Amino acid sequence: MTTEHIVVVGGGMVAHRFTEALRARDTAGRYSVEVLAEEPRAPYDRVALTSYFQLKSPDELQLGDPALWHDPLVTLHRDTRATGVDRDRRIVRVDGGREVAYDHLVLATGSYAWAPPTPGADLPGVFMYRTVDDVAALRGWVEERRAALGRPVRGAVIGGGLLGLEAAGALQSLGAVSTVIQFADRLMNLQVDEGGGEALKRLIERMGVTVRCNTATQEIRAGKDGHVGSLLFADGGEQLVDVVVFATGVRPRDELGATAGLEIGARGGVVVDDTCLTADPAVSAIGEVACIQGACLGLIAPGNTMAEIAVDRLLGGSSTFPGADMATKLKLLGVDVASFGDAFATTPGALEMVYADPVNGVYKKLVLTDDATTLLGGVLVGDASAYASLRPMVGAALPGDPAAWILPEGSVEKGEIELPDSAGVCSCNNVSAGAIRDAVNHDGCHDLGAVKACTKAGTSCGSCLPLVKKIMGTELEKSGIEVSNALCEHFALSRTQLFNAIKVAEVTTFSEVIERFGTGRGCDICKPTVGSILASLYNAHVLGDDRAALQDTNDRVMANMQKDGTYSVVPRVPGGEILPEHLILIGQIAQDYGLYTKITGGQRIDLFGARLEQLPSIWKRLVDAGMESGHAYGKSLRTVKSCVGSTWCRYGVQDSVGMAIALELRYRGLRSPHKLKLGVSGCARECAEARGKDVGVIATDKGWNVYVGGNGGFTPVHAQLLVEDVPDDQVFQVIDRYLMYYIRTADRLQRTAPWQQEHEGGLDRIREIVVEDSLGLGAELDAHMARHIDSYEDEWKAVLNDPVRLQQFTSFVNAPDQADPTLAYVEQRGQRRPATPEERAGGAVLIAPSTLEVRS
Amino acid sequence: MTAVPATASSTATVVCAYDRLTPELGVAALVGGEQVAIFRLADGSVHAVQNLDPFSGASVMSRGITGSRGDVPTIASPIYKQVFSLLDGTCLVTMDKSPKDGQAPDLVVYPVTLDNGQVIIDLAGSE
Ligand SMILES: Cc1cc2nc3c(=O)[nH]c(=O)nc-3n(C[C@H](O)[C@H](O)[C@H](O)COP(=O)(O)OP(=O)(O)OC[C@H]3O[C@@H](n4cnc5c(N)ncnc54)[C@H](O)[C@@H]3O)c2cc1C
Ligand code: SF4
Repeated sequence: MTTEHIVVVGGGMVAHRFTEALRARDTAGRYSVEVLAEEPRAPYDRVALTSYFQLKSPDELQLGDPALWHDPLVTLHRDTRATGVDRDRRIVRVDGGREVAYDHLVLATGSYAWAPPTPGADLPGVFMYRTVDDVAALRGWVEERRAALGRPVRGAVIGGGLLGLEAAGALQSLGAVSTVIQFADRLMNLQVDEGGGEALKRLIERMGVTVRCNTATQEIRAGKDGHVGSLLFADGGEQLVDVVVFATGVRPRDELGATAGLEIGARGGVVVDDTCLTADPAVSAIGEVACIQGACLGLIAPGNTMAEIAVDRLLGGSSTFPGADMATKLKLLGVDVASFGDAFATTPGALEMVYADPVNGVYKKLVLTDDATTLLGGVLVGDASAYASLRPMVGAALPGDPAAWILPEGSVEKGEIELPDSAGVCSCNNVSAGAIRDAVNHDGCHDLGAVKACTKAGTSCGSCLPLVKKIMGTELEKSGIEVSNALCEHFALSRTQLFNAIKVAEVTTFSEVIERFGTGRGCDICKPTVGSILASLYNAHVLGDDRAALQDTNDRVMANMQKDGTYSVVPRVPGGEILPEHLILIGQIAQDYGLYTKITGGQRIDLFGARLEQLPSIWKRLVDAGMESGHAYGKSLRTVKSCVGSTWCRYGVQDSVGMAIALELRYRGLRSPHKLKLGVSGCARECAEARGKDVGVIATDKGWNVYVGGNGGFTPVHAQLLVEDVPDDQVFQVIDRYLMYYIRTADRLQRTAPWQQEHEGGLDRIREIVVEDSLGLGAELDAHMARHIDSYEDEWKAVLNDPVRLQQFTSFVNAPDQADPTLAYVEQRGQRRPATPEERAGGAVLIAPSTLEVRS
Repeated sequence: MTAVPATASSTATVVCAYDRLTPELGVAALVGGEQVAIFRLADGSVHAVQNLDPFSGASVMSRGITGSRGDVPTIASPIYKQVFSLLDGTCLVTMDKSPKDGQAPDLVVYPVTLDNGQVIIDLAGSE
């Protein structure tokens, strides 16, 4: 079989999805793909463009696995613009006159940012908002003007839609003051109604952005220096500006299709049928450039659907475009906005049910059929937590009193929703409620992990996970499969339930816990869990009373067991700041005991190869010199990584090392469901990579931003913003509460990222609980953390003073001065490492560990 | 090397005093060149198995967590968490892994006798 050659014009988001899906599905290698991209970089996440201002490099916006572009059947040409198509010869012409032949052509040229013809729109200081180059130029300009003017830069955004508000947020984050100039009578007039627009305006103004509605911009005038200087409005008003961003809509880039003689829609766009084909069977169009079912669609989800359909058709499938879901949910300037279904109540007889709370800036509206039963659509501003449940219900009957969905939580009981099978649950990966039910009932997926793996639901943005979990639970219950949260055969309770039970009963030993709440003798699952709960609750020594026998491998001897049964030792180095004499001591110990040394990812030093019986003497030297346990062995706080910050760095705006040390000393020894790591960066350049940690703290001009949940384990995720620009004491308070709430409610071995995603209502709900104190738990969480901080003691120091506990650190009960005779090492790069089985068998020179020991 | 006291039988060895054992916390002993893991459980019974963990090749079984599966008292490997019966050494949970080359998945169990407050292990009686 010869390969057929597909040429894709445009290197945007949809082109990426097309290429990725084709390479995933075309396992036989029937097609090769050549992507012609005008932009100088591989396809990136345009939806996340605004986050560019927080990123270190545009590479962080990259989409998917970059290995795609090294696939032998894929070629990507950057900086390459297509200039014409000859459909008779099946040729695309590119800049410079080169010709590229195709068997099938896919147009994925997207849109360009459109600006109404306005005098002065070409002045220096006027920007568009569509590409990485646009935002990079905008940032450069604002920074340069601020330096030149010596005062905050005055910005204006023309256009008060979705994009305009994003741009206004971007200007603010660059430190400019911004005004949004809106031609229509309200913000986001395409998505929200008048009431929603009002609520939105109030919320946005609260963020310090000025809003001018009903305002037409007539002219942009230059200032004395020839740069943009002021805006002149049709009503005669004028406003001084140093930078202007146009966000007045997009137009499809259909010029290639037009010159090639393909049909163009009335409002632009290359006309395609439901299979994404143009009238020429060798040419498809997908994404924003395609005019499908009579319209061009400016959202990513329908674009991705088109990409999947085009791929399916090329491989002989029969899928068709199901119609677009134009529902949107966004967070603009920290404000939730969602709109779905018939948001403007255009259905004849439709009823609108509205709840508005102007004080808190909340506006919620449901659109219902004339009998007030079936949901048609809605608008949510200020609190969009009901969006995930409501959007899939469009077209279905809402059980119970619909008002329950918009009134404040708890005022009216919500009906149990039963989604129709066709309802979309995961919009990123297009998974319906029916597909999830199938996975549970027919494919034997009985836990969230299995459902995710099988359906892909919740594997991208994760916002649908609470719903997926709920559907799965209901199905399991129906089919009589008990949804077991039981920890193990000894406890029918989940970790959270057990935590609360132990807290309420105030029991402190494992024997009491298992007697009251469990059966049998326990096992390697429940014992460490109970050990961890007791430690989190009472902060008593992990090896005290009957607790030593509960601890997992590492905690049991307060060191990390390695593959040969020896241990590694890690003293705490708070914030990564270390005294030279401590460095020298660590080096001396490593030499004396022949330990392998390595710098850890958490800015401290790991000493490997210590035998059980050597641990106390090693720790004695460390403790005597003023060092303490680093808890590298515990499911507990590990490290707080920091950059050097404002004390040395030219760019730093806050003392990141000081903050990191304060945090590390505050939370040291805190036991938790999984290990915890924090990071602190001294400015937005983020050298400490704090957003890859459970809690990341990043300095701003005004204080600190706190990010949470950046620890996904196998599936990396970035931490999400919890609070912005807060002073030191609030940093401590929100982190105290966030960590304590996590410790109380997470499952066994559940990291912060999945905990946060699966938490009912997601991060928004967690923010309400820990920042706004919506459950009234705040004082209790604060007190619990205060207790932890007060009762902290160095675990190793305590053991060294306790002859009974020291007995555990013995090699052989009947030969305490004998080392484990099976240990064997070879030398590598000047240090030792465990010998492999081959090296042992081959009689390689083995180093007996005891020969390396000089003192003990 | 500390002398290992011998008893009447040439293969039975006194390892330590019963009181030296902490309930549910294992210890290792060297018996005639073999490493043995010894456990005193909460019910007072004492069990001994090979200290070598067949799945990792490290001599660490004495440092695992004791527990039960049904009525069977168990010990879990501290390295990859396989679970073994303390009664007959059978591997009850393999964690989808195979033992190291040349190792059987089950543990050797040694008979333990208590005499005059001393714990005695008999290598010859192993099964
Ligand atoms: C700031 C911002 C925020 C957004 N937020 C959201 C959101 O929250 N939700 C949502 O659903 N959507 C959002 N969108 C819209 C979303 O980004 C688009 O729907 C999506 O990018 C469309 O993908 P595409 O591949 O069709 O077009 P594009 O991503 O625009 O890609 C087209 C590419 O083709 C290139 N190209 C064009 N002509 C040629 C040629 N002749 N030769 C070679 N290359 C060419 C262009 O340079 C461009 O790189 C947002 C857009 C922006 C700008
Ligand atoms: S993050 Fe820290 S080290 Fe990096 S530039 Fe900012 S202050 Fe300097």
